[in-house]
Amino acid sequence: MNNSENEYGRRKFIEKAGIIALGGMTILTIAPIFFIVGYIIYQGSPAISWEFISGFPSDGMKAGGILPALVGTIYLTVGTAIFSVPLGIGAAIYLSEYAPDNNITRLIRVAIINLAGIPSVVYGLFGLGLFVLFLNFGTSILAGSLTLSIMTLPIIISTAEEALRAVPQSFRLVSVSLGGTKWQTIRRVVLPQALPGIITGIILGLERAAGETAPILFTVAAFFLPRLPSTPFDATMALPYHLFVISTQVPGMPVKIQFGTALVLLVFTLSMNLIATTIRSRARAKREW
Amino acid sequence: MMETSKQVKILVENLSLQYSDGIESLKNVTLPFYENRINVLLGPSGGGKSSLLRTLNRLNDLADVKEISGKVLIDGVDILSPSTNVIELRRKIGMVFSRPVVLPMSIRENITYGLELEGEKNRTKLEDAVERCLHQAALFDEVKDRLDDSANALSGGQKQRLCLARSLATEPEVILLDEPTSGLDPVSTLKVEGSLESLKENYTIVLVPHSIQQAGRTSDYCAFILQGELIEHLPGNLMFTNPKIQKTKDYVEGRFG
Repeated sequence: MNNSENEYGRRKFIEKAGIIALGGMTILTIAPIFFIVGYIIYQGSPAISWEFISGFPSDGMKAGGILPALVGTIYLTVGTAIFSVPLGIGAAIYLSEYAPDNNITRLIRVAIINLAGIPSVVYGLFGLGLFVLFLNFGTSILAGSLTLSIMTLPIIISTAEEALRAVPQSFRLVSVSLGGTKWQTIRRVVLPQALPGIITGIILGLERAAGETAPILFTVAAFFLPRLPSTPFDATMALPYHLFVISTQVPGMPVKIQFGTALVLLVFTLSMNLIATTIRSRARAKREW
Repeated sequence: MMETSKQVKILVENLSLQYSDGIESLKNVTLPFYENRINVLLGPSGGGKSSLLRTLNRLNDLADVKEISGKVLIDGVDILSPSTNVIELRRKIGMVFSRPVVLPMSIRENITYGLELEGEKNRTKLEDAVERCLHQAALFDEVKDRLDDSANALSGGQKQRLCLARSLATEPEVILLDEPTSGLDPVSTLKVEGSLESLKENYTIVLVPHSIQQAGRTSDYCAFILQGELIEHLPGNLMFTNPKIQKTKDYVEGRFG
């Protein structure tokens, strides 16, 4: 009896110690995030003003605003969406609904997964070779968007395919049994149900594109431009590259501006993240299966 | 029962079916289904009843079928032939599944779905169909005030009657029901059975019952299928009182299955 009580006490202690250890690890994981965000807000917020958002850099970028970089990043994000969204959704629909279950399909899936693992600087180099030089688009928003699209596609395809597959097979059977063609079934039942998941994937993919530096380094980004781009064939400044430039290439740069720029980029991507999360949780709450 | 001369609506001839995982589902089945009758497919689960049902509306096209041979004649036309317009066929043959799967839409949209697939846009026609089908499935009074509510809010029994109503919207000639009451309480089950009884005046009904008792209550004609083979096919009353084959007798008396 005494012995088993000891044993019980020992197990209870181990249980408690385990919970504390695991909880500690969780705190260690999320602490840097809060620290980074907090530090950037602390250092960057003094720089934020309407002039900072809406003005051009001046005094060798040591003063003024970041408008051209912000606008460039918005253009690049939209440009990336134009190419990667229809392509990505199309490919996902094919893979989830039409592709036969054979080795070729499996090969395609493996290729897509591996595409997501390629370092972004390699995409940049590829974009330089194909879009900038071979197709002669020059360093331009077009070349940059296409490069970012290729990088974003695997994310969009895999999340969209997953969202489509999550729609219960029974819905498809019912629709077909009522005389629906495959496409009618996809368009009227499967896609609407998968849409929140697809949109979430798109936003997360675009968020990554918006924050990347390497793929735009060789394909679109300009060190400094005194005007906003006016056609897709213009080069543009962009927030991530601008941040790199003012952090490493300009001596005597005020810290405030560096962190202010970082803060704007962070708000840009985090708000996309927030939108994606909101869409996802709203859809989950509404979902009926 | 009014014993008007019975007409064969569907004739299954020498039907064999094998799935690609090697499972042979149907072995040389020959079986008529009669118009304006409840045709019951009886037998232990895994015996091929659902496969037979899903062959009748070619829903098996979506499954991994390796080999299928024989004929399924509906009004004398072999629907297994490659030239069959399967979309047209499935409109002519309604189906109710064992789990009540309502589409993620409103009650009204669930019923108009099949018609809208055909391109029907006429509001009056769609409204008429909603009312007619809900009446036929004995659901109208329960849902008439909330047609635009999500169909998912209905109870299990109501959902299944909505599925029945939905299958009637395209004005089919045949209704296939695969254990339609397996998840339902006794009251809902009786409601569904009651609807079938009145529906058979206008339709050919093929029912896989969820119990031997249900088969006894509903069947005009009953086919006993065991491990892919048709053992016996008799009028319902004879099936349960005087089957000719010992296996059938054992099964309906509950000695196996």
